Amino acid sequence: MKTDTPATILAAQENAAPRARPWKAAIALVLLAALIALPLFSKNFFVFQLTLAMVYAIAILGLNLLTGFNGQFSLGHGAFYAIGAYTAAILMDQAGVSYVWVIPAAGVVCFVAGFLFGLPALRLEGTYLALATFALAVAMPQILKFSPFEHWTGGVQGIVIMKPDAPFGLPVNQDQWLYYFTLFTLILMFVFAYNLVGSRTGRAMKAIRDNPTAAKAMGVNLSLYKSLTFGVSALYTGVAGALSAIVVQFVAPDSFTFALSVILFVGLVVGGVGWIPGALFGALFILFVPHLAEGVSKGLAGAVYGIMLILLIFVMPSGAAGLLRLLFDRFTIVRRLFEGSSGRKR
Amino acid sequence: MDLFVHQVLAGLATGAIYACMALAVVMIYQAIDHFNFAQGEMAMFSTFIAWQLMEWGFPYWAAFFVTIGISFAAGVLIERTIFRPIHNAPILSHVVIFIALFVIINSFAGFIWDFTIKSFPSPFGTRPVLGQGLLSAHDAGMMAVVGIVLLMLYGFFRYTRIGLAMRAAAANPDSAKLVGVRVGWMLALGWGMAAAIGAVAGMMIAPVVFLEPNMMLSILLYGFAGAVVGGLTSPVGAVLGGFSVGVVENLAGTFIPYVGREMKLSIALALIVAVLMVRPSGIFGRKIVTRV
Repeated sequence: MKTDTPATILAAQENAAPRARPWKAAIALVLLAALIALPLFSKNFFVFQLTLAMVYAIAILGLNLLTGFNGQFSLGHGAFYAIGAYTAAILMDQAGVSYVWVIPAAGVVCFVAGFLFGLPALRLEGTYLALATFALAVAMPQILKFSPFEHWTGGVQGIVIMKPDAPFGLPVNQDQWLYYFTLFTLILMFVFAYNLVGSRTGRAMKAIRDNPTAAKAMGVNLSLYKSLTFGVSALYTGVAGALSAIVVQFVAPDSFTFALSVILFVGLVVGGVGWIPGALFGALFILFVPHLAEGVSKGLAGAVYGIMLILLIFVMPSGAAGLLRLLFDRFTIVRRLFEGSSGRKR
Repeated sequence: MDLFVHQVLAGLATGAIYACMALAVVMIYQAIDHFNFAQGEMAMFSTFIAWQLMEWGFPYWAAFFVTIGISFAAGVLIERTIFRPIHNAPILSHVVIFIALFVIINSFAGFIWDFTIKSFPSPFGTRPVLGQGLLSAHDAGMMAVVGIVLLMLYGFFRYTRIGLAMRAAAANPDSAKLVGVRVGWMLALGWGMAAAIGAVAGMMIAPVVFLEPNMMLSILLYGFAGAVVGGLTSPVGAVLGGFSVGVVENLAGTFIPYVGREMKLSIALALIVAVLMVRPSGIFGRKIVTRV
């Protein structure tokens, strides 16, 4: 088990990554075409659900940058999601800012918040950081209800936002437009994440994850990179929060409880820690599996969900990333065998 | 000054709750080196078992001790079945399992006993012992129970062979194995004891906060805060930490406008972050030195 940590599997993947794989680009293109065509042929509610899944994917991607590539834990990303959502809602509600601009604004606010929370959290490792972020997540709804801020936050009632119309007279309805808007943001965030992870900064992040002492000896500024990563991770989650506020049209303190942080964390693990596309799988899981669980048993939905998680850790500890890798390896082995035998015949 | 003294006393009363929980947190931390995020839910479930036993006509103290026994067995069982196979896995897997346990236990409790609030009897009664409504008989009884549990733990770890073996297993697993300590079972024993202490904490807390599946989330947070303030390596520290968290919470509620009353959980957050920054080993804990 020890040699099979997500990190080692990922290291192998990362080494393999730079080689150009034409089929990878092909898969991405087909997927993109399908994603663009999908809302034109589906019901509005399904479009809404898919939009929400993409929003979750952005948040999970943020968490993945922190945990998968920098080795820091967070059980409190729901708090940053909340900060992003509230920033967006307050800007739109109080200042009348357009929905396009509230998203980068929410990102910046969350970056600062994450960076500041990351500073003290730097001294904490492993479970201590999980504990501090756990406390943040549990305390968040109370902070949002804090009465001196009620003028802006709307207290327990929260804030209601209007759904934006499609611009330039595009022939799509509001749900479809939000879908495309979210898809665009998602792609932007994924490209940014790929570039970040492949850059000098990304290598520093991974070095800290794999061996902090060695990284320090190589001249990596641990405290700077760790808090920066925390900030970037919070930025991603904040952008997702802002998008969620626009998509759901409503923010209230009780939508951002500890349960939200748990959901994001579960999505991370299911998708595969340290594998960027895993965020998509994780998001689909956290959106649709609870419904499946409810289908199994209404009252015991939580239990079914939990048991699935335990099974996942036992059977497939590296999530969807591990599963795909396994399938791919099998495929390669079969092909090699086939090619080998036909070669001998010749 | 009078107000101050009153608030300190009232703080000690709530602190007793946190001290119970902090003690359970430290026990499990000693055994497995992780925070058990499902600890609060385990305690809640045990309390429901006690409630059910009493509904079936058990007298209080019989239900009390039977529940402790059941919880101990359940704790051992959880370690053996779920954590034993992954004891070498990365921390992340452990945290996921804790979260999964949290959801499972919470969901089962809601399924079996539903989400309505139930009242839980106190064995000590509720008449005031000190002042008017400052320290009730239940508060005093709770403090006494915490004291007794602490003494028993001290005696167990200090004077029994098995306590010594548990300490050895936690301090140096490899060497402990070489001298014949069954390290795996010591872990399971630690889980069982933590579950049993959690059950005691739950049954002491329930008369104050009422019994329902979500009763433990905020208390667990305060329990963590108490454990961190006191030091995760010291049961005595955890108890004192729990009491001081209660006092700080109460004083802040009285003397800081707005913040104290509405942001009580944020006080726990601030305490945790502050202590971890200034003195990560807590006030009574010993420093842990790691070799690289």
